[in-house]
Amino acid sequence: MDHNRSEEIKKHIKIYITVFVLLAVLTILTVTVSYMRLAILPAVIIALAIAMTKGSLVAGFFMHLFSEKKIIFVLLLFTILFFFTLLILPSLRH
Amino acid sequence: MPATIRYISEPHPVTGVTNSKLGIWCFLASEVMLFGGLFSAYILLRTGVPDWPHGASRLNVPLATLNTLILIISSVTMVMSWASLVMKNLGRFRSYMAATVFLGLAFLVVKGFEYGSKFAHHHYPSTDNFYAIYFTLTGLHGLHVLIGILVNLYFLFPGSALWEKDAGQFSGRVEAAGLYWHFVDLVWIFLFPVLYLL
Repeated sequence: MDHNRSEEIKKHIKIYITVFVLLAVLTILTVTVSYMRLAILPAVIIALAIAMTKGSLVAGFFMHLFSEKKIIFVLLLFTILFFFTLLILPSLRH
Repeated sequence: MPATIRYISEPHPVTGVTNSKLGIWCFLASEVMLFGGLFSAYILLRTGVPDWPHGASRLNVPLATLNTLILIISSVTMVMSWASLVMKNLGRFRSYMAATVFLGLAFLVVKGFEYGSKFAHHHYPSTDNFYAIYFTLTGLHGLHVLIGILVNLYFLFPGSALWEKDAGQFSGRVEAAGLYWHFVDLVWIFLFPVLYLL
C-alpha cells in the first residue's frame, strides 16, 4: 500500500515540475504582453485569461482540486457565485 | 479515555474528506470574499475616473515579476514538502519547508524594498486612490504571506514533533498549511497583472 502511494507521489512530482514550468512561461508571457501597451479592453482580457489559466494550474494541481471530492467543488461553486455578486453589486448602484 | 476530534486523519463518511480539509477550504472561501471585496473596490475606483495611471508608470514591474516567480517556486517547494511526508521522508520535508519559508521571506524583503522606495518618494496610501488601493491590496496580501511564514516555521520546528506521535495527522496539517500557502500565491497571481501590468 505504501509502495503504491510512493509511486503515485513520484508521478505527482513530475506533474508539479511541469506545472511550475508552465507557470513561469505564462508569467513571462503576461509581462511581455503588458509591454506591448495594448488598448485597455484587449489588455484586460488577455491579462485575466492568462491569470485564470495560471490560477487554474495552481488550484488544480498544487491544491489537488482536479482530484478532490465533490463537496469541495460545491463549496467553491457557492464561493464563486458570491464572489461575482460581490464584484457586481457596487456597480448596480447606478 | 482522552477526547479526540474525529475524522481528522480519516475522511468523514458523509463529506468524503477529513474535517480539517473541509475546514481549511471553508476558511479559504471566506478569504476569497475578503480579497474579492477589495478587488471590487479597485474596479469601482478605476472605472470611476477617465485617467487611472498605467501600473508600470507608478510601480516596479521587474521587481514584481521576480516576486511572482519567487512565490510560484515557493508553491512548488510547499507541495514537495507535503509529498515528502507522504513518502515518509521527514528530512526532505524539512528541506522543502525551509526553502518555502526562505522564499516567503525573500518575497517580503522585495516588498520591503518596493515600499521603501515609495515612501522615499513621499508616496503613501493617503497620496491618491491608486496608491491607496495598491498599498491596501499588497499590504493585506503581505500580511497573509507573513502569517503563512509563521505557520510554516511552526511546522518546521516545534510542530514537527507530532510526526512521531501521529504521522497521518501531521501530514494533514501540512497539507492544510499548503492549501493556505497556494491560495496566497493564487491571490498574487491576480494582484500582479491587475496592479502592475494594466
